[in-house]
Amino acid sequence: MEKSIFAYQSEPTEYIKSGDSGAIEALIPERFLQRQEPDLPQATEQDVIRHFSRLAGLNYSVDTGFYPLGSCTMKYNPKINEAVADLPGLAGVHPYQDEKSIQGVLELAYGLEQFLLAVSGFQGLTLQPAAGAHGEITGILLIKAYHRLASKKEKRRIILVPDTAHGTNPATAALAGYEVRQVKSDEAGDIDLADLKQNLSPEVAALMLTNPNTLGLFEKNILQVSKMVHEAGALLYGDGANFNALLGLVKPADLGFDVMHFNLHKTFSTPHGGGGPGAGAVGVVEKLIPFLPVPLVKKKGEKFYFDYKVKHSIGKVRSFYGNFLIAVRAYAYFLALGEEGIKKVGRQSILNANYLLRKLKDVYEWPYRRSCMHEFVITPKTGWQVNTLDIAKRIIDYGYHPPTIYFPLIVHEAMMIEPTETETKNTLDEFSAALLSIAQEAQTTPELLKKAPVNSPVGRLDEARAARQLILKYEKAR
Amino acid sequence: MEYIGNTEADNKQMLTEIGVSSASELWSDIPQDKIVTQPLGLPAGLSELELRKHLRNLSDRNVNVEDYACFLGAGAYDHYIPSTVPVITKRPEFYTAYTPYQPEISQGTLQSIFEYQSLICNLTGLDVANASLYDGATALYEAAHLACDHTQRRKIIVSRALHPEYRQVLKTYFSDAGIDIEEIGCAQGTTDLGELRQKINDQVAAVLVQQPNFFGCLEEVEELATLVHEHKALFIVDVYPVSLGLLKRPGNYAADIVVGEGQSLGLPVSFGGPYLGIFSCRKELMRKMPGRVVGETVDNQGRRAYVLTLQTREQHIRREKASSNICSNEALCALAACVHLSSLGARGLKAAATASVIGAHRLADGLKDLPGWRLNFTAPFFNEFVATAPVEADDLNKQLLKHKIIGGLNLGRLYPELPQSVLFCVTEKRGPEEIENLLNILREIKQ
Ligand SMILES: Cc1ncc(COP(=O)(O)O)c(C=O)c1O
Repeated sequence: MEKSIFAYQSEPTEYIKSGDSGAIEALIPERFLQRQEPDLPQATEQDVIRHFSRLAGLNYSVDTGFYPLGSCTMKYNPKINEAVADLPGLAGVHPYQDEKSIQGVLELAYGLEQFLLAVSGFQGLTLQPAAGAHGEITGILLIKAYHRLASKKEKRRIILVPDTAHGTNPATAALAGYEVRQVKSDEAGDIDLADLKQNLSPEVAALMLTNPNTLGLFEKNILQVSKMVHEAGALLYGDGANFNALLGLVKPADLGFDVMHFNLHKTFSTPHGGGGPGAGAVGVVEKLIPFLPVPLVKKKGEKFYFDYKVKHSIGKVRSFYGNFLIAVRAYAYFLALGEEGIKKVGRQSILNANYLLRKLKDVYEWPYRRSCMHEFVITPKTGWQVNTLDIAKRIIDYGYHPPTIYFPLIVHEAMMIEPTETETKNTLDEFSAALLSIAQEAQTTPELLKKAPVNSPVGRLDEARAARQLILKYEKAR
Repeated sequence: MEYIGNTEADNKQMLTEIGVSSASELWSDIPQDKIVTQPLGLPAGLSELELRKHLRNLSDRNVNVEDYACFLGAGAYDHYIPSTVPVITKRPEFYTAYTPYQPEISQGTLQSIFEYQSLICNLTGLDVANASLYDGATALYEAAHLACDHTQRRKIIVSRALHPEYRQVLKTYFSDAGIDIEEIGCAQGTTDLGELRQKINDQVAAVLVQQPNFFGCLEEVEELATLVHEHKALFIVDVYPVSLGLLKRPGNYAADIVVGEGQSLGLPVSFGGPYLGIFSCRKELMRKMPGRVVGETVDNQGRRAYVLTLQTREQHIRREKASSNICSNEALCALAACVHLSSLGARGLKAAATASVIGAHRLADGLKDLPGWRLNFTAPFFNEFVATAPVEADDLNKQLLKHKIIGGLNLGRLYPELPQSVLFCVTEKRGPEEIENLLNILREIKQ
């Protein structure tokens, strides 16, 4: 148990000279001023560094070990990307500086857009969204604006979402004011064409589809799906969270997607930061360009500039231009890999996942018996006296981060494993050996799993108590 | 340069074990005619040395706040960042972790977010804070959305003295969603109370103001709060967190939801992002709050520990009924804010705020005595203020750049009613000699 930052009782280090605080009363009327200082920590620099360094030591991370968290693409985060993101001419640029004084920044943003267009086949792009879900709402607002302009009287008020979809998809559609209808998956793990057909109507605005889907399977009827969606007058939204499988292999626009968000923090190697910041660029086909958020980055001759004259722009989805320093890292990643390197990403991620699947598929339950893409879903065998949570916690004892668990929702006790292309065969061998050993334990000594983890800074948590007591901030009195 | 560790031989062996003769068999589900065969058109890969040089060149082509004296604010502030902040946020255990879904091996992230939430509550004076949202603008939207949901009313009132981009974000999100947005004008740089009195009624879900507002002026928040609450609407205040080293906590004047852009707490200006959306509210609104929240509990041995909680509001559980669609947030930026506030302490935060206020008033005092210049407003201000220049603001800024100064914001573009006006900002990083220097240069710039 690490002590709280509020528990320190020392004199804070002075970073900024206090100056003449008596002068304030002459400048700001008393009614605006606080009578009592806010309760902030009382810690010296040494206290602060020790406190947060100790906290760091309680975390598991990509830099400390294998992190096969499905759908999250926990690939290695190259260190050069971190270094260049600190350059003063990037980190130190104010968003409202004059265009002439930010030509390098604009060139970088423009360059990243070109790279993303090249690998996706789209024609237009915005870097404004701050994450995947933010890209989703941006894309759905684009679709809404498109339909609104296309027909005043037609009311397209429904968005279709497969039952394998990530929670952000239905949440996004609802947020944009749509009714959400769920489409079933078939036995092979693809979207059920008959159910899709049933649900398509002139009231449908879009289908939100993840491909590969969250079972790690390529939607093999994708061309048929996109044809059906388009014939119904709807648009096809792509959730690009799983784009890593396709990178360099196939372009989403060629599959019929009209708009797709990229998770730069997944596919393009930018770190996840313990939950963010990410970045969620959105690519679109030609006919959606007039609706993109402002401003767009344009080039005229050798000069880069912001274009605010976007005819039917939806406006802005956040302040300024998005998570620029994340874009810097993604741009550096593209430049490092280049044409040849990018072409290997999807292929290697698929190979690594299938290799790991091969090692595990006979020992664990393997519900969808097809080659996977960059990730796959397995479950405990029926008859084992343990559940997926127990297995996940035991994986911690073996020194790894557990996979994504209990998602997708259509698979009972799902474990979704994504190794990524940066892991070596050796790591995959070691990890599979651990999972095989855990499978053995599940049958011979299940209590080992039930008690797990024991090799972690804390044991299993009382989550029910957290939700019941709701202590959401530090209280001195306790 | 690639980050793939396997050799050709490894890959061959893996294929053999899988039992396929070629890797392409693994992706036979992909329509074969859609597989990319033409070049993508990307450049050839660079070495790390080449990459660094290339980025260095791009970086060198931008004016930046390290080499220039910055008097530009308007939602992005050049405050001093203690050296502790990057030391901690660059620890790979923090920045290369994912969302703390497995609490047993994520206590570092979880405790730091819990401490961040505590610090935000202590700054705003409200009961609860979430683990962060994308930025100030989306935090404001989420607050308005919550207010409509909570009150079951479909109209919000926004002050025109609130950041223009934030208002634009509100319009984008609420377009065609059956929510009316009404704007209230300003008088002497602050929200026009008379106009608000006329426009507010029992259909209004919330009134949104910024403190200090976009012009740097201080809103009469207590009067506003009283008026808003007379109509049982929610009072939503967008704050500049550094100002809370000096100004009254919004909880003390009965704000219901407090949001803000947290960039000023330890994040560089970064050409606009990543930033930090601060969100805090009264306890009664907690179960409708957007985004992740960390709570305290114990582990199976009774040790204090932290975990994501109140998750039944969130998209992964509630799907289309979630309070928001947010998933990834700005956790590392919240960590930066946490380390920043922990390093400065109350005294340091107050010192930054005080020096900023004093510097801004020094500049304003000097400006109003310069020929052709005048201050637009009489309302008390914090560390930003509006002045009308004797020349076009863009021309002025062009001249200033030659002197290695980043001038204030040209306001005329955003507020046509304020032609030739400039929004100046001063932080503690601007010493008296830099302010003096700016005044001397401005004195020389003629119509
Ligand atoms: C399939 C899928 N869609 C959407 C998202 C949301 O992305 P973000 O967390 O960047 O908002 C995720 C992230 O986990 C995902 O896995």
